[in-house]
Amino acid sequence: MTYSYFPGCTLKNKAKDLDRYGRLSAAALGVELEEIEEWQCCGAVYPQASDEIATRLSSVRALNAAKEKGQPLLTLCSACHHVIKRVNHDLATNADIRTKVNNYLELDTPYQGETKVLHYLEMLRDEVGFDTLKKAVKNPMKGTKIAAYYGCLLLRPSGVMSFDDPENPSIIEDFIRAIGAEPVIYSQRNECCGGYMAMEDKGAAQDRVEKIHDSARKAGAELIITACPLCMYNLDVNGKENKLPVKYFTELLYRALGLEEAKDNV
Amino acid sequence: MSDKITKEEILRICNVQPKKCMKCGKCSGTCPAYDEMDYHPHQFVYMVEHGQIEKLMASQSIYKCLSCFACLERCPRNVEPAKLIEAVRLAVIRQQGKNHMTENDVPALLDEELPQQAIVSSMRKYKK
Amino acid sequence: MQKIGVFVCWCGSNIAATVDVKAVANAMRSEPGVVYSTDYQYMCSENGQNLIKDAIRDYKLDGVVVCSCSPRMHEATFRKTALSAGLNPYMVEIANIREQCSWIHKDMEEGTQKAMVLARAAIAKVKKNAPLTAGTTPVTKRALVIGGGIAGIQTALDVADAGYEVDIVEKSPTIGGRMAQLDKTFPTLDCSACILTPKMVEANQHENIHLITYAELENVSGFVGNFTARIKKKARYVDETKCTGCGICTEKCPSRKGLNAFNMGLNTRGAVYIPFAQAIPNVAVIDTENCLHFKTGKCGICQKNCSAGAINFEQKEEILERKYGAIIVATGFRPIDASAFDEYAYTQSKDVVTSLELERLMNAAGPTGGVLLRPSDGEHPKEIVFIQCVGSRCSKDAAKGKEYCSKICCMYTAKHAMLIREKYPDTNVHVFYIDVRTPGKNFDEFYRRAAEQYGVDYIKGMVGKVSVEGKKLHVQGSDLISNEQVHIDADLVVLATAIEPDPTARSIGTMLTASMDTNDFFTEAHPKLRPVESPTAGIFLSGVCQGPKDIPETVAQAGAAASKVIGLLSKKELVGNPCVAHANELLCNGCSQCEKVCPYGAITYEDKEVRGPEFRGTKRIAVVNEAICQGCGACTVTCPSTAMDLKGFSNNQIMEEVDAICR
Repeated sequence: MTYSYFPGCTLKNKAKDLDRYGRLSAAALGVELEEIEEWQCCGAVYPQASDEIATRLSSVRALNAAKEKGQPLLTLCSACHHVIKRVNHDLATNADIRTKVNNYLELDTPYQGETKVLHYLEMLRDEVGFDTLKKAVKNPMKGTKIAAYYGCLLLRPSGVMSFDDPENPSIIEDFIRAIGAEPVIYSQRNECCGGYMAMEDKGAAQDRVEKIHDSARKAGAELIITACPLCMYNLDVNGKENKLPVKYFTELLYRALGLEEAKDNV
Repeated sequence: MSDKITKEEILRICNVQPKKCMKCGKCSGTCPAYDEMDYHPHQFVYMVEHGQIEKLMASQSIYKCLSCFACLERCPRNVEPAKLIEAVRLAVIRQQGKNHMTENDVPALLDEELPQQAIVSSMRKYKK
Repeated sequence: MQKIGVFVCWCGSNIAATVDVKAVANAMRSEPGVVYSTDYQYMCSENGQNLIKDAIRDYKLDGVVVCSCSPRMHEATFRKTALSAGLNPYMVEIANIREQCSWIHKDMEEGTQKAMVLARAAIAKVKKNAPLTAGTTPVTKRALVIGGGIAGIQTALDVADAGYEVDIVEKSPTIGGRMAQLDKTFPTLDCSACILTPKMVEANQHENIHLITYAELENVSGFVGNFTARIKKKARYVDETKCTGCGICTEKCPSRKGLNAFNMGLNTRGAVYIPFAQAIPNVAVIDTENCLHFKTGKCGICQKNCSAGAINFEQKEEILERKYGAIIVATGFRPIDASAFDEYAYTQSKDVVTSLELERLMNAAGPTGGVLLRPSDGEHPKEIVFIQCVGSRCSKDAAKGKEYCSKICCMYTAKHAMLIREKYPDTNVHVFYIDVRTPGKNFDEFYRRAAEQYGVDYIKGMVGKVSVEGKKLHVQGSDLISNEQVHIDADLVVLATAIEPDPTARSIGTMLTASMDTNDFFTEAHPKLRPVESPTAGIFLSGVCQGPKDIPETVAQAGAAASKVIGLLSKKELVGNPCVAHANELLCNGCSQCEKVCPYGAITYEDKEVRGPEFRGTKRIAVVNEAICQGCGACTVTCPSTAMDLKGFSNNQIMEEVDAICR
């Protein structure tokens, strides 16, 4: 399967690891990621206001590029996924926004939400399959207790995101099992880390982050994994003494697939 | 400030129907930024419905909402308080000279690790 | 030339405010065939009816059109009026100028124009009416009650006491229903089992009541007074006539995997079991999914230990076919699945329970012997949080939940809170509520007692999230009065989950052609004036199957349904509806399409000698049993050769109406 891949700004910069490990692992699993040409920023924040049209355009450009290639659009960054998926939903369901966006973009054929938007994790679950992934794992992380941190953007609003059960998700836990480790369930995994506050109000963000680390640690976790660069930054930089190490899930995937050794052997 | 922002203008921006609210307070019960807010999510719903827009526009709450969508997800009446809060914030920053944050504020807030996403999103949220 | 009279009703201002009634009456006067046309303030009043009677006599009317409210309201009234003046009642037509006209229009001009069109259509139709005579059918003097909870039991007892035979069909192995699972009842705090079990015994011993437990309704045919029901009695694998209810088999059974449904799955039971101590019939039943004999072919310990020789692994299900005059639906409710509201961590912690589970945790016959202990570790909870309205009062566009108020939760939570505070004074009890609704006798007093005398902490607000943190349940909610977010580390969280109709209700409703609302509650024939009858004749409603209600309301409704049933069964015969279908022998080609769509099984076929201009000889034609036909018209619209027609609503009449509207 070939996907139109949308990396997003952060994955080209501070979150290079999330991107690099994701690409290498996908290739090893036989999944082709074709980076969308000249992609622009997703918009970073989904505009909830129905009269915000310009802030939706860059997402639609990416969605339309995938449509023209006849490929599903794949994302890795939680925020990009959230924005693109919701904008796509608007284009499919909101006639007013659809008309205005298309009037502005003047595409050959109007874009009406045709592209299927998938997160990398959904690709692993639905395309590769966690059972297949398990078989492909060369270095199972036996005995490692890992806490999945979902945050907000992948799950909510569940009616649009349709990613997983918003209150009791399981996709990252299933991923953790597939790479041979042991998932740890803790209450704060789907609560906000306060990432958007991280710049302006460090104190508020730190309180949230502390609660998350605390909850995960008490549940027995040794490590937290995430798919979001902002959560990653916030959980790590704003964590206090009690903080657990935080990694991108793609890094663990890469190591579990034995790609590190493979590279060393070259 | 030229024209007063009306309730109708706020509702036009966000398409929320505050009348659907049954005043259960679940939005405020679930809000992770509650303690940082002067007006809380359920008050946004009530106050917009009662036309108390100016107080909300002057409130710090509009910059404290984490956009985590917990209130929106868990509201038993699908009122979507987060949309209201965003609409009030937009009503403020769309006014001349009312940006909450600009490029000039960014350098002082930067650190080594800060992801681009944080900077872009704060510009998107707080500046027109 | 026919002589038609037109009578335009004002219905006070209901019609007259948006329809110029005088203009309508005047305009109709010039319609061909109309010899008399007038208006009056209340046509349904005695004076109004006299106006019609006099006109029938004075003008020798052979057709009457009343422009008034819906025929559902007063068609029967005006038919009787016509009859008393010597006119066949089926020569009366109603033009509905209220519900379909005045109530939905604001503009007088528009309303008046539409009223005229509707009146013209009714005139056109009445011209094609023919006098009809209703037939009569006998009444089977036996009632069927579906569901053996308190509603079904009470209805059965009342009908049986009037001298009629009653069968109760209950899907579980015992009667008793939800009330049997309750610990105490509000607002008197009397023990639920203590007041229910005597009624269960009475039903069992009543000479006119026959319990058919562990059985399901398979099919119902027929019509009011003459229903036929097929009932499937599932195999218990225990001979009801031999089992003494000693319980030895249940003790000896080596399988302990079956979840105890009576205790809401909070503990397990043997594969052979008696649901609870006071079960009726007091007969064991084998759950084949957990029985080692059925799974492996080995075991058989119960059989070896049964001195009565009641265990019968070869028992087969049985089909009973019985006739009934009336059917009472008493299918009850269940709590919704709380796992949809996982922000309250129901699936994530054993210590988050529903209120019905709490009933079992507080009941002496429950899994903890009546001592309130946490399901996770068996410790006494010291901090308990109740969350109200879980899944009730949600908007239609919300992702989950019911739109209605479940009605009973405010009171049972007050009861739970009070009982806990009384028995365990060192336990703190908090109740998060949106509104406390207590509109019943001694209800508000009861709730206030919980708050004032027992110190239950009522918090106006809702819980946003319950987080499982080690052994504690961290409850985060809002307190709208203090305008604060509150955080409580609780040991036990109780969810007042919404109630919904029992899942079997929908299929039973379909079988009975009884209408239901979007929530699967049965619809009553009139929300105010006929609250215990279904719009389908001969079907009656008892208890929560019609809408949420508490025990006293259920019992009252059960009695009311019984009185309606008795009224029906005491009739010698029933006057039928003459507006039934009939097949035109010359046109019918026996294709069987009508038989397939008839919901009442009223159509059969026979070979008949037919003499027409185009066909002479024997052919297969449809025959309608007029006693069974309910006049729904499904066959008439299905018939490809237009042979099927409905008396009183013939194709011809409908086309005349349409023509009149389009003129």
